[in-house]
Amino acid sequence: MSEQTKHAEHEHHIVGPMVYVAILLALLVGTALTVWASFLELGPWNPIIALAIATAKATLVVLFFMHVKYSTKLTKLTVVAGIFTFLILVSMTLADYISRAWGSW
Amino acid sequence: MPDNSAIVHGAQESATAANNANGANSAHPEQPSYLRHHFNSTEQQADTSNFAMWLFLLTEVMFFGGLFTAYLIYRNWYYPAFVAGSHQLNVIWGTLNTVVLIASSFTMAMGVWCAETRRRKGLVLSLTLTFVLGLCFLGIKSIEYREKFEKHHVPGAHYSLQSFVDPASDPEIFKEYHDKPLPLDMARHTEIYFSLYFAMTGMHALHMIIGIGILGFMIYRARAGAYTSGHVTFVENFGLYWHFVDIVWIYLFALLYLISRHQ
Amino acid sequence: MNNNNNTIVDLPDQATARIPQPNFISKENGLMSWLLTGDHKRIAILYLISITFFFFIGGALAGLIRLELLTPQADLMATDTYNKVFTMHGIIMIFLFLVPSVPATLGNFLIPMMIGAKDLALPKVNLLSWYLYMAGGILALYAMMTGGVDTGWTFTTPLSTHYVNTNVITTGFAIFVAGFSSIFTGLNFIVTIHKMRAPGMTWFRLPLFVWAHYAASILMVLGTPVLAIAIVLVMLERAFGIGVFDPAKGGDPLLFQHLFWFYSHPAVYIMILPGMGVISEVISTFSRKRVFGYTAVAFSSVAIAVFGFFVWAHHMFIMGISNYAVLVFSLLTMLVAVPSAIKIFNWAFTLYKGSITFETPMLYAFGFMGLFTIGGMTGVFLGASGTDIHLTETYFIVAHFHFVMVGGMLMAFLAGIHFWWPKITGRMYPEKISQLAAVVTFIGFNLTFFPQFILGVLGMPRRYASYPPEFQVLNVFSTAGATILGVGYLLPVLYLIWSLKYGAIAGNNPWQATGLEWQTQSPPLTENFTVMPVMDHEAYDYEWLESQKAKEVASAG
Ligand code: HEM
Ligand SMILES: [Cu+2]
Repeated sequence: MSEQTKHAEHEHHIVGPMVYVAILLALLVGTALTVWASFLELGPWNPIIALAIATAKATLVVLFFMHVKYSTKLTKLTVVAGIFTFLILVSMTLADYISRAWGSW
Repeated sequence: MPDNSAIVHGAQESATAANNANGANSAHPEQPSYLRHHFNSTEQQADTSNFAMWLFLLTEVMFFGGLFTAYLIYRNWYYPAFVAGSHQLNVIWGTLNTVVLIASSFTMAMGVWCAETRRRKGLVLSLTLTFVLGLCFLGIKSIEYREKFEKHHVPGAHYSLQSFVDPASDPEIFKEYHDKPLPLDMARHTEIYFSLYFAMTGMHALHMIIGIGILGFMIYRARAGAYTSGHVTFVENFGLYWHFVDIVWIYLFALLYLISRHQ
Repeated sequence: MNNNNNTIVDLPDQATARIPQPNFISKENGLMSWLLTGDHKRIAILYLISITFFFFIGGALAGLIRLELLTPQADLMATDTYNKVFTMHGIIMIFLFLVPSVPATLGNFLIPMMIGAKDLALPKVNLLSWYLYMAGGILALYAMMTGGVDTGWTFTTPLSTHYVNTNVITTGFAIFVAGFSSIFTGLNFIVTIHKMRAPGMTWFRLPLFVWAHYAASILMVLGTPVLAIAIVLVMLERAFGIGVFDPAKGGDPLLFQHLFWFYSHPAVYIMILPGMGVISEVISTFSRKRVFGYTAVAFSSVAIAVFGFFVWAHHMFIMGISNYAVLVFSLLTMLVAVPSAIKIFNWAFTLYKGSITFETPMLYAFGFMGLFTIGGMTGVFLGASGTDIHLTETYFIVAHFHFVMVGGMLMAFLAGIHFWWPKITGRMYPEKISQLAAVVTFIGFNLTFFPQFILGVLGMPRRYASYPPEFQVLNVFSTAGATILGVGYLLPVLYLIWSLKYGAIAGNNPWQATGLEWQTQSPPLTENFTVMPVMDHEAYDYEWLESQKAKEVASAG
């Protein structure tokens, strides 16, 4: 039904199995990488790498499995809004906790 | 009573002005039965429920956001306790579960594709696989939970600090990580780690259970051909939900299981 | 037609006028047709009845509080009963009245009509939202009757998790459920405003009421889940002692405050933005002018919503957050007052050189402008951390938020109910007595809450049943004012019910307002419009309205 849609902007992009297989493989590789990296001694880089890989994996899922790459600007904006508010919550709260150690001024 | 036809006269020039106007297709002669009365076209209806699903996922992001905030704060404060706590988790189970969940996301994505391209058998198969993988995940999770119960690592009245003040008493973990005993004060904070572990994975598991329930319903309907005759919104939206749950796990895995395995 | 100079009301000839049939009310009968309805207008009415019910329960509790405070001693009730009374008052008024007040009733009824749609995008979710609201409300009442809760509406930890022994879990769960009702309402509005607008209805042709609801909905969708998780953690802490808020186990009670206020500061804007939307409509209609600086007013709603997420820690200045956080949050709090001020100024400029008339909605709107200004400015005092340290936890806070919530939102709610009453019911409310009620409310309000500013500056703490005798005079004023205020709120209930049967037939557009909702019959049809509307003019275009009328006259003649 939807693939015959006439409106260009409403075009419903169907993502095919090959893309999904590629993403699956990428996610599996990412998982292997992150487990492997967690056993290395990298000092402060350990959590950074773990989060970076997790974010890369999440991005793949969002863009391809959840079709955001092919979606409207509105969907993209929605995703960004969610990430933004999430980051405000985390960062501004953490800012309080971290700066408590600085004592008074 | 004058009706509202008064405001209809400018139809032509302003129809283009609306970016979301869907009036153009309203005169479709054969409208499918699933088109609800207040929509003008099936595209509008599909767009709308897709957008609604995304907004719902926003609320989910913020819901888990509170837990992630708590996690980050306490991890900062009680890092040694978090390391010791995470050594109690089994990376193999965790990795396996990650793979299971990623696979289920893949089968779900395939399910969406089958629905979109009207492959009934493929859809039923994909959904069933997703269902089974979801159950596998929960099965593995419950094995892990049981271990925690047996070791009294469930926060509350019976919580035991044994493995943290005297790591050697927990030989299985000890031979792998050689943790030094934590001072009593820090050892206590492992309870916070496990609280967050259970709160986060528990909330995640609850989402899985709900998802599996819906999957069951969808399989039943898909066998009757419900989603393979053009109306795929439900499958697509459920897919979004399932992938979201997958993403949460990707982070939980990194944060809870992989804290410095090297130490 | 009664066209004299001091009213814009334009009613049909009462001798021949009839309530148009069919309409959304008469279309179906029977309880089930209401309880299972998908019609946004019917759901709005279900909401209207239920929130009015909770408002009067909350009001009765407020009466008890004021009676207790008539005398310096705790003599009317035991002090822990007093704690339960003000807690339930706060919980009911905030979560069960103010949060859904304008959005779930007027917003529900009007947003689809204003944008030219047949219904909200998700009618079933809309109905679900009402059921969740009722479930939450009934659960809260159940908690109240089986022992109550005495933590204050803020559920402050560790008091709520470790020190009190009342129904925290049940009440918390009630709020959790009611919260999801609010999330679904907000979600529904956002989707509707994006996807259901009629042809020609561009973003900058939307009535400001819709913009305000859009902004409030963003807060509902993004803020409420954080409240939900905060409450879940409190429940888990109480039930299993998980320790995240327990200092003895290394948890931090302040974390709860962060999560709670991350929602509850935005929530105060959930409680004011829809009211601001009402005021924009009313001021424009009764001064016959397009709202001055439409775009600025529209964007100030969105700005309030966005800034609203950056200021929450101003509720925690004295609680032990870091000094640097105090500094930053204090500065950011000043910022959030700017868009609110933009609105006030723009409404004032709208009045300037308008042809103003003083029907009841306009009286309430004037009340709103004055009282909200005072409330908002005292908010800025409190945002300045130095002043706040002196004033926090005193009656100054109580006065501040009652000025914005009661003087602001409740006035706006009443303005809106009167303004759209003819649209909702097809009948006018009686003008003279309702003008009286508006004036009574205004007087009662000031008498009740203005003394509380002074009490706060003098140092009377909030949330105690007793106080030093030297504060009694002002407290007596306050209690006296509350009595008047009570009369002011009872009157509308009486005459609005009366008007259902005896009110004058309103016709389509008694106020000669420009919104799409006024261009269709009152009460509207189930599907709102007979023909899909097409928007071919700007919002608040009174010249367009005149030309429409001229055309109608020509075609009728
Ligand atoms: C216009 C700008 C506003 C500013 C700058 C502002 C600022 C503040 C500040 C700093 C406090 C904390 C006082 C303290 O606890 O020490 C406060 C409390 C409060 N404000 Fe506002 N406010 C504003 C508008 C509003 C509005 C519009 C509402 C509601 C509709 C509102 C409702 C409240 C409530 C309920 C509290 C008290 C919460 C409690 O502790 O129980 N405020 N406000
Ligand atoms: Cu605030």
